[in-house]
Amino acid sequence: MAKSTFDQENLDPEYFDSERYEHHVPVFSAGEVEGLTEAPQTFGWLAWKRFRHHRMAIIGAIGLVVILLLFIAGPMLSPWEFDERNIADRLQGPSSDHWFGTDEIGRDLFVRTAQGGLYSLRIGFIAAILATAVGTLLGALAAYFAKGTDIFISQVINMVLIVPALIVLSIFSKYSGGNATSLAIVLSLLLWTRIARVVRGVVLSIKEQEYILAARAAGASHMRIIFRHVLPNVVGPVVVEVTLLLGTVIVLESTLSFLGLGVQPPNASLGTLVADAKGNIDNDPIRVLTPGFFIVMIVLCVNFLGDGMRDALDPRSKNERG
Amino acid sequence: MDQSPLLKVDDLTVAFRTDAGVVRAVTDISFEISSGEVLAVVGESGSGKSVTALALMRLHPKNTEITGSVNFDGIDVLALSEEEMRSIRGRDVAMIFQDPMTAMNPVYTVGEQIAEAIRVHTATSKQAAWDRAVDLLQLVGVPEPKRRASQHPHEFSGGMRQRAMIAMAICNDPKLLIADEPTTALDVTVQAQVMEVLHDVQQATGSAMMLITHDLGLVAGSADRVQVMYASRLMETGDLDDIFYESRNPYTMALLNSIPDLEGVKDSLEAIPGNPPSLLNPPSGCAFRPRCSLAVDECAASDPPIVLVGEAHASRCHRTAEIGMGVEAMS
Repeated sequence: MAKSTFDQENLDPEYFDSERYEHHVPVFSAGEVEGLTEAPQTFGWLAWKRFRHHRMAIIGAIGLVVILLLFIAGPMLSPWEFDERNIADRLQGPSSDHWFGTDEIGRDLFVRTAQGGLYSLRIGFIAAILATAVGTLLGALAAYFAKGTDIFISQVINMVLIVPALIVLSIFSKYSGGNATSLAIVLSLLLWTRIARVVRGVVLSIKEQEYILAARAAGASHMRIIFRHVLPNVVGPVVVEVTLLLGTVIVLESTLSFLGLGVQPPNASLGTLVADAKGNIDNDPIRVLTPGFFIVMIVLCVNFLGDGMRDALDPRSKNERG
Repeated sequence: MDQSPLLKVDDLTVAFRTDAGVVRAVTDISFEISSGEVLAVVGESGSGKSVTALALMRLHPKNTEITGSVNFDGIDVLALSEEEMRSIRGRDVAMIFQDPMTAMNPVYTVGEQIAEAIRVHTATSKQAAWDRAVDLLQLVGVPEPKRRASQHPHEFSGGMRQRAMIAMAICNDPKLLIADEPTTALDVTVQAQVMEVLHDVQQATGSAMMLITHDLGLVAGSADRVQVMYASRLMETGDLDDIFYESRNPYTMALLNSIPDLEGVKDSLEAIPGNPPSLLNPPSGCAFRPRCSLAVDECAASDPPIVLVGEAHASRCHRTAEIGMGVEAMS
C-alpha cells in the first residue's frame, strides 16, 4: 500500500478485487454491492432502505394510509350524504345501515367522521407545513448569523410564546368563520416558535463543525452554506418535531372546535364531533369515542412515522434489520 | 525566486479581542511562498500556525483585528470584499483540514461533496462534476473510486477520508494549498501514505503548499523551506538544511533535540522545560526566554529582532551571532 498512489497499474490487482473487498463493507450485503457499481446510491434510496426496517414506522405509515383511505373512500361507499338529515333515524347506535350510528338530527356519523377527519387532517398538515417552513428558516437564520439577528428573532419567539393561544384564537374565530386554511394559518403563526427553537439549537452546534469552515474555505456563500450544508443536517431533529407538532395541531384544533372556537357548522372536524356528542356521553359513549379514537390513532401513527423518518434520514445510523 | 512570489505576507498581526483582554495570536509575521514551493510552518500548539493560515483565507473568527498586508498573486487579500474573497477561496487557495472525521458533511456522499466544491466555482453539469470527482478520487489513490464516491464519509476510514479531502482541495487546481496539520489525526502508517499523496499531488499540479505541522519528521521529508513559530512570533526561517543542520535559534535547536534519534542511544528524550507562555500576558523581552537554556539578562530586557544570517536564513535571538560561533544550545 505504500507504493506511489499514481501508478495504479502496479498495484496488486488482487488486493482490490471486489470480492475480497466486500468483507470490509459490513453495511451492505453481497448482492447489493453488485448493484452499487452500476448506479450511485441516492440519499433517498438509502433512507428508504433504513425506513422499511423500522417496524413502528411502517405500522405508523400503514395506519395513516388505512385511516386516509377510510376517510376518502368510506363516504363514497356509504349511501348517506354528509349533511343528510333523517329525523326518524336519530340517535341510533352502530348498525349495518349506519356504521357509526346517527346524531341528534339523524345524520350518518360514519360519513361525518370521515369528512370531519379529513378536515382535521387538512388543517393539521397545512399548519404543520407552514409552521415548519417559517420556524426552520427563522431558527436557522438566528443561529447562523447570531448577534443582532439572533437577538431579534429570539425576542420575537419569546413574544409569540407568551401570547395566550386560546384568547387569540377565540378573537380570531369571530372573524374567520371557521375556514380551514385561515384556521391553519393562525395555528401555524402560534406554533412555528417550537420548530424555530429546535432548529436554532441544532444550527448553533452545526455551525461550529469543521465541515462548515471547510465549506467556507471552498468558497461557498452564506446562503449556499445554510441551504446546502446546514439545513440538511437539521432534517432529522426537525422531522421528529414536525410530527409532534402535527399531533399538537390536530389536538389543538379539536380542542378549539370542542370549545366552539374552531371549525364552524356546517363543516365538521373530529373536535366538533366530540363536542356535539358530549351532552349525551352517559347514555351514548360510543358517539364520543369514535371521533376520539381517530384523533388518538392519527396522532400515534404520525409520531411513529416521525420516529422512523428521523432514523432513516440520518446517514450515520446503521441499516439494522427488524 | 526570480520573479515576485505567489504569496507575500508583510508584518501580519492577528489579535483577538476577548473578555479577558487582547490576545495576539500572530505578531508581525512576514514571509513569502513562491509558486511550486513547499513551506513548512512548525511550532507547538497555540503558536499561531493555524491562525496565520485562517487569516490568509480571511476565515478568522469575528472580533478579530488583522493588520499588515497579505499579497496573493498580485491581489491585496485583506482589501477584498467578502464576495471577491469567496471567489478566491477554494479556487486559487484551498485548504486541507486537520481532522478528516469532522471536515466532511455527514449527509452527503463523498462524491457529491467533491462535485459540489467544483460546481461552486465553475459552471459544470452535475454529471461532469461527478465524473471529475471520481477521477480525483482515483488520483489520490482511493480504490474503487466509482463505488467509493457514492458512499458517505462515515463509511471511509480516516486515511481514505483525508485522501478525499485532498481530492476536494485540488479539484479546482489551486495555486496555493494550505494543509493544516493534515496527518495529525491519522495513524502513523497512514500518515506516511497521506503525505506521499499530498506530495505527489503537489508535484503533479505544481501548486505551492503551506504545510502546517508540529511534526518535524514530516517537515524533513517534504518541505523546501521551514519557518518555526513560537508564541505568535516567527523564531527562525530558512531552507530545510539551514533549519535542520545549521539552526541559529535556541528554540529550533530545542525542538530538534526533542525528537528521537535512530543513531546513538538516548536514555530519555530531551523535552523543553515548562509550557508555552500565555499570549494574554506574554513575558517581557523574548517570549522563549523563560524556557531557554541560553537566556541572558538582555533577553528579558528587549524582544530580539529577527536578523538575517544567511541568504534566506533568519533567526530571532539576541545570541544568534554567538550560536553561529559555536555556543551549545543544550548541554
